[in-house]
Amino acid sequence: MEPRRVVVTGLGVLAPNAHGPGEFVTALREGRSGIRFQAHLKESGFACQVGGIPVGVETLQSSYLTQEELFAMNPNMVYAAIAAIDAWRDAGFSRPDASSDEVDWDTGAIIGTGVGGIDTVAEKLGPKTDAGKVSRLGSAMVEQVMSSGNSARVAGLLALGNQVTTNSSACNTSTEAIADAFFRIREGRAERMLAGGSEGCSKYSWAGFDAMRVLNRTKNAEPERASRPMSATAAGFVPASGAGILVLESLDSAVRRRARIYAELLGAFVNSGGHRSGGSMTAPNPLGVRRCIQGAVAMAKVDSTEIGAINGHLTATMADALEINNWCAALELRPDRMPWLHSTKSLIGHALGAAGAIESIAVVLELVHGFVHGSANCEDLHPELAPFADRVVHSSRDVPELEIIAKASFGFGDVNGCLIWKKWKGNGALA
Amino acid sequence: MEEQQVFDRVVEILRPFAKNPSALASVSKDTSIMKDLKVNSARFVDVVLELEDHFGIAISDDDTDSVNTVGDAVSLVMTLKK
Repeated sequence: MEPRRVVVTGLGVLAPNAHGPGEFVTALREGRSGIRFQAHLKESGFACQVGGIPVGVETLQSSYLTQEELFAMNPNMVYAAIAAIDAWRDAGFSRPDASSDEVDWDTGAIIGTGVGGIDTVAEKLGPKTDAGKVSRLGSAMVEQVMSSGNSARVAGLLALGNQVTTNSSACNTSTEAIADAFFRIREGRAERMLAGGSEGCSKYSWAGFDAMRVLNRTKNAEPERASRPMSATAAGFVPASGAGILVLESLDSAVRRRARIYAELLGAFVNSGGHRSGGSMTAPNPLGVRRCIQGAVAMAKVDSTEIGAINGHLTATMADALEINNWCAALELRPDRMPWLHSTKSLIGHALGAAGAIESIAVVLELVHGFVHGSANCEDLHPELAPFADRVVHSSRDVPELEIIAKASFGFGDVNGCLIWKKWKGNGALA
Repeated sequence: MEEQQVFDRVVEILRPFAKNPSALASVSKDTSIMKDLKVNSARFVDVVLELEDHFGIAISDDDTDSVNTVGDAVSLVMTLKK
């Protein structure tokens, strides 16, 4: 029996430069940056003092969540909840009545996070416990520090009764979440899955990266120029936060309920490089990366030449050139025949466990609207990328013939994920 | 502090935790905190912490277990404040 086809019917995005798919597509088209100076990082002695944090959430959250719900939610959970509710409504569903006992057994959620509730641990749990005030912790600690707090809260808000879990694989987290949700629907174990990731905006999430000197410390006075993937002057990534949630649905279910379909997920692959052949906790094994890309392309049953664009991991570290060369080798294409190359992180920074999902939403919107957004701040292209110079998109360009985009994420721990997305062209594409 | 003032303050402390606003609108000393106001039993720990902080009292586990209604909470506060 043929595996079931899986499509996207809802999008929810809370990014540093936009809230909701409408604002996000405009921000991408216009090259609007979400990177800003962050005074709290300066006060804490960070070398990197810029970051991407969604704006206006404190005002926004009260229209989504009750006081009682917010009482036990940190930013990671709030971001996930807002994006999930948005995605659910965007898919044509309403929020269930909180007093109803009805459960949606056919819908689940895989919502990952890289660092999760570390702010709650650092600001509340640790200090009160160390001060001998365990009895003063209150009831809301566990649900905020348990890794699955974000997906668990969404399950309650939407009465989800299928698998509800939180995965974590560093910067590959939400790409992996989408892949796992895709596999679950494909196998017939769920009709719909909310898939993606969220990441809070705490300095505690980012301090370790600053200590490793992998964050950009050269552009504090020019925040919008700080995230520089593929640039000769790339000097580390810019930390970011937010959430991206997609409603993935079986094509059968989407057609049955006449849902709007944004795109189809043709193939997905996740793997690890095993920390061999140059791979380590912080570096990728090139063979693992290439196998991952090739696995996704093979599952999608497309030819490399059909891929119109690549939305890379491309964080603005020295790994960018290695990544592009891995794409080139995996797709077996000459550099001048490669798909359009771009990085959403150039506009919003690196949202860690939420990155792959926010960037996948960018990909879906690019397919729907027929464009590739500009990859900012790489006018001074890295010399190792010179053979690819004509394939790098510096400012948004219309590509109406765009049908397939490949999206990948690569994470600490030598873990990889790749998704192959296809534009939805109506039921005529069923054939 | 007068009993009515304590009652009003206890109700305000309960307000963010109450999932049944209509019961809150007609709240009396006989109103059950969990059954009528629908305060989650786990969250009652947080209500107790708020009562301790606001009224400057220490509430034991046994005293906590004895509170079922809004009136129980008011009486407990009045007793411990003496």
